[in-house]
Amino acid sequence: MIRIENISRDWKEFKLMNINLEVEDDEYFVILGPSGSGKTMLLELIAGIWYPDSGKIYMNDKEVTLLPPEQRGVGFVYQNYMLFPHKNVFENIAFGLSIRKRKKEEIKTEVEGIMDLFGISHLANRMPRTLSGGEQQRTALARALIIYPKLLLMDEPLSALDRITREELIIEMKGINKKFDTTIIHVTHNFDEALALADRIAILRHGEISQVGDTTEIFRHPKDKFVADFVGVENIIAGTAREGGEKLTVINTGNILIYSVEQKEGNVHMTVRPEDITLSMEKVTTSARNVFKGQVKEIIDQGALIKLNIDVGEPLVVFLTRQSFLDMELNIGKMVWTYFKATAVHLF
Amino acid sequence: MRKLDHTTIFFVFMGSFLVLFILIPIANLMVSSNLNSIISNLQNSAVLGAIWVSVYSALIATILAVIFGVPLAYILARHDFAGKGFIESIIDVPIVIPHTVSGIALLLVFTSSGILGAPFNNLGITFVNALPGVVICMLFVSSSFVVNSAREGFENVDPRMEKVARTLGSGSMRTFFVISLPLSLRSIVVGSIMCWARAISEFGSIVILAYYPLAAPTIIYQQFENFSLSGATSISVILISLCLALFVVVRLLIRGWGVYDTD
Repeated sequence: MIRIENISRDWKEFKLMNINLEVEDDEYFVILGPSGSGKTMLLELIAGIWYPDSGKIYMNDKEVTLLPPEQRGVGFVYQNYMLFPHKNVFENIAFGLSIRKRKKEEIKTEVEGIMDLFGISHLANRMPRTLSGGEQQRTALARALIIYPKLLLMDEPLSALDRITREELIIEMKGINKKFDTTIIHVTHNFDEALALADRIAILRHGEISQVGDTTEIFRHPKDKFVADFVGVENIIAGTAREGGEKLTVINTGNILIYSVEQKEGNVHMTVRPEDITLSMEKVTTSARNVFKGQVKEIIDQGALIKLNIDVGEPLVVFLTRQSFLDMELNIGKMVWTYFKATAVHLF
Repeated sequence: MRKLDHTTIFFVFMGSFLVLFILIPIANLMVSSNLNSIISNLQNSAVLGAIWVSVYSALIATILAVIFGVPLAYILARHDFAGKGFIESIIDVPIVIPHTVSGIALLLVFTSSGILGAPFNNLGITFVNALPGVVICMLFVSSSFVVNSAREGFENVDPRMEKVARTLGSGSMRTFFVISLPLSLRSIVVGSIMCWARAISEFGSIVILAYYPLAAPTIIYQQFENFSLSGATSISVILISLCLALFVVVRLLIRGWGVYDTD
C-alpha cells in the first residue's frame, strides 16, 4: 500500500534519517517512539504537508513524494483533534464531502450514518468547544474516515484523553481499518496502545527506525536496550556470552551464569520476561535450565498482579497473581527458588 | 464585599490618572460647544464636505489596507524567512515617525514628476491637492493596524487545522478562505476599525500633500487659524461624535462574534 524509501528531512530540531518502511493494505501499523523522535514529521511527510529533503514515497506503487496533500486521499487525525471551531459537529464531519461538491441529501445520509457508527448522532448541532475530549476525537475520526481515505494517519490520537475514554476508544478503533478498508499508520509513545491495536510496530528513535516487527516480536525480542526499555521490558541484565555446549550460550553476569538458546558471543544484554519465570518455596525438578535461589527484596501491589523483586545475585522481576502470592505466604526477606527456560532468555 | 488591599487601592489611584486625563478634555469639549454653532455647521456644505472627504477617503484607505495587508499578514504569520524582521519594522515605521515627515516623504515621490506620481499621472491620477493624495496619506499612516491585527488573528489559528483541511481535499487557497480567514475575521475587522479611525484622524501628512480638498482635521485647523475657536470646537464635536458612534456600533456588532475558544 505505502512504501517509504530512504526518506530524510532535517528541519529545526527534528531530523529523520533514511527511513524505510512498507505498510500493507488494510494493515494497522503503529510507529512507537518517544517525543522528539520525529514521529509527527514522518506522518506529515506521508500526508504531503512537508516534502522530504531526499527519498521517495509510493502509494499503491505510484510515486507521491511531491503530490500536494489534497490529492493524496489521506486522512489525518491529530492529538488535539483540530476540529474546525467555527463549524458544528455535522459540518465538521461533512467538510470533506462538501469540498467534493456532493449532493446535500447524499452528504446528510453519509454524515448521519457515520455519526451513528461513532455514537455521536446527538451531538450534530454542537460546537466543538462544548464537547468532551472523547467526543471531539470521535468527531475527528468520523471527519477523517467519511472520505474513505486509502490511508489514515493518526498522530497520538489517544494521548490527550483520560484512561477510561482511551480504553473505550481503543475498543472502537480496533478493526476500523477493516471496516473502512483503509490502511492505518498510528504514532504514539504509549506501548499499551500499540499492543492493543497494532498488526505491526516500528520503533522510531532519534529520527531512525530501530526495529520493525509484529507485536510479539518487538515484545519478546527487542533488538537493543533502547527498544527493551521503551516497551517496558523488565529484567535487562548485562554480561559476557560464550559458547556453553549443547547448543547453548552461557552468559556470565559477574554474579551468576545464565543459559540461553540464542547464539551470541562477547558483551551482550539479556532479558527474560517476568511472566516466563516461575517460583517455588522448595527446590523442585523442572526442565528449566536456569535455576536460582534468591531473597525477596521488594513486593509491589499492582492490583491484579503482584510484582516481586528477587535478588538471585542479579535483581529479577517476577509477577505473581494475587492468589498464588497469598498461597505462597511470601514476605520480604524470604528465600525462594526461581526457574526459567533457556528458550525464554533473549540476547541482544 | 471583597476587601481591597493597599496595593490595589494604590494601583487604582495611579491608574485613574490617565483615564481622567483623556476623559476630561473630551468631555469638556463636548459640553463647552455651542449647540447653535453645531447646527449651523451641520448646514454648512464646506464642513459637511470636509467630513465626507475624511470618512470616505478613510474607508478607501482601509479597503486598500485590507486587500494588500491581509495577504502580507498571512505570510508573516505562517512563514519564517530571511529579512522577516526587516519587513516587520518597515510596516511599523509610519507609527513612529512624525506625520509631517510622512507627508514630506510622500510629497517627494507622489508629485506628478515623482517616481510613483509620474506613472499615475500618465493614467490621469494626481495626488497633490487631490482626493487620492488624502487616501495615500491615510493608507501610509494607518495600514499597519490592519497588518498587525490580522497577523495576530492568523497566528491564533493552529496551522494543523489548515493541514487537516488540506488532507480532506481542500486546496491551499480554498483552505485559506474557508478555514483561516473566517477564524481570523474578528481580528481583521478590529484592525480595520482601528485603521479607519486612525485614517479619519490623520492630519499631519494630509496638510502637506493634500491641503485641498479640505479634510475634517484640516478644516478644524483652518478655522482655528482664522481665530474661530468656537467654529473649530463645534466641528470637532461633530467629528468626534461621528467617530465614537461608528466605533461603538461596530464594537457592538462584533461583540461575541467569532470567538470560538471561550465559553
